[in-house]
Amino acid sequence: MSPGPALPADSEPDGTTVLGASDVARALTRIAHEIVERARGTDDLVLLGIPTRGVTLARRLAERLAQIDPAFDVDACVGELDVTMYRDDLRRQPTRAVGVTRLPAAGIENKTVVLVDDVLFSGRTIRAALDALGDLGRPRAVRLACLVDRGHREVPIRPDFVGKNLPTAQSERVRVRLAEVDDVADAVVIAGRDDAAGERGAR
Amino acid sequence: MKHLLSTADLSKQEAVGLLDTAAQMAATQSREIKKLPTLRGRTVVNLFFEDSTRTRISFETAAKRLSADVINFSAKGSSVSKGESLKDTALTLHAMGADAVVVRHWASGAPYQLAHAGWLDAAVLNAGDGTHMHPTQALLDAYTIRRHLAVRGSGLPGGAADGVGADLAGLRVAIVGDVLHSRVARANVALLRTLGAEVTLVAPPTLVPVGVETWPCRTSYDLDATLDDWRPDAVMMLRVQRERMSGGAGAFFPSPLEYSRYYGLDARRLARLADHAIVMHPGPMNRGLEISAEAADSDKAVIVEQVANGIAVRMAALYLLMAGDSSAEGNDL
Repeated sequence: MSPGPALPADSEPDGTTVLGASDVARALTRIAHEIVERARGTDDLVLLGIPTRGVTLARRLAERLAQIDPAFDVDACVGELDVTMYRDDLRRQPTRAVGVTRLPAAGIENKTVVLVDDVLFSGRTIRAALDALGDLGRPRAVRLACLVDRGHREVPIRPDFVGKNLPTAQSERVRVRLAEVDDVADAVVIAGRDDAAGERGAR
Repeated sequence: MKHLLSTADLSKQEAVGLLDTAAQMAATQSREIKKLPTLRGRTVVNLFFEDSTRTRISFETAAKRLSADVINFSAKGSSVSKGESLKDTALTLHAMGADAVVVRHWASGAPYQLAHAGWLDAAVLNAGDGTHMHPTQALLDAYTIRRHLAVRGSGLPGGAADGVGADLAGLRVAIVGDVLHSRVARANVALLRTLGAEVTLVAPPTLVPVGVETWPCRTSYDLDATLDDWRPDAVMMLRVQRERMSGGAGAFFPSPLEYSRYYGLDARRLARLADHAIVMHPGPMNRGLEISAEAADSDKAVIVEQVANGIAVRMAALYLLMAGDSSAEGNDL
């Protein structure tokens, strides 16, 4: 949710593609297996995506879980968690639209909740998500899955399942493109690399 | 959007956005823990120069559900009764560090003055000024109409199926009763028009304001003909504001009985409404005058739901006006 410094959308259409569609697919398959391994099955698993792309990723992960364990019901175990009203940076930004929070019908009480986000950066989105979860119920455990961990954490939060660790500079901008949301092939793109190199040189 | 003063200032996009935000707020209100931390540490002042029960309580509840601190200030029992001016009251609130001021005033335009005179830098929300505007009431009416009648929204996947993303295009709303004194009617005409609905005002000639022909709506003096020929989807009954009728202008209709015969919503008229039609009233109701007990308690009446929706709409308004304020002191991380 925090891909980098606030820039107008699509101000930098190009950038370096670091993961292609097949890399993203392989990473998600591996994460799905890791989730099953860690939870010793798929009982009481709930996947909650953080809008926008986390929701898509959660659904894709759930489909893979269903392939691994046919007893896993995708629709009954996937939800979305909007964290807008729990953010700590609301007053530093223009007003954000509030998104949808939709939990599985069975709720999250005593479940193992896996939060799913596209890019893990400062960790503040996940902190907000943990606060939001606390108001919704008391899961037995909360885990964190992200497609890309780009570092630069500002709070003590670490992911349990990572698609790809990407060392980045603070000024770089990491974006995840997903077919369902962006109408382009899946990709992870880093933009602003040259600026970052210049900045590093200056230091 | 810095202030919420009049529904005439809202664009269609802003209005739909406000209703969509209200839908998300309403979703949080069915949880066990209804409180959100969103406006923690911010202060909302309820500044009421005129009596109010539901609007003040609704705003207070909305602000508290968003974790804001609420200070209630009513003209009775304050320095206003000693003759303090609106300006001095505003300067006092400024000195106390109010982040938003919810104001109800008997003078039309008082919230505008408060917002634009430079006395305060807080967001100003109009909670009803004289016979001018009552924007949050109109928004909660529109929200209620949309929930019941709008085409199921295609804007968002799943979640809130309460018509999220939809406007009110093609719907017909009859607003019946004391239009002359009603800020609710004025606010609704502007907002419903912006959202694409058609509006007909039904009132005795004495309770239709001068200049109504310039409003974006039809007018009628005949409630029965409007119900039968125009087939409204929603009927909004207005309260007969007898407290505003006692002035030099004298009586506006010969007797309460005659008013209720010609313009009251009774069982007979209720039976003639379309099956899907809803009956609304901004409250407080004069049962037996503009609305009969049968109509007020019928399945078509959504009057109690309007009150519940008011909290969600006011939470949305407070959120949109207060949360994204980057001009505030800022470095609280």
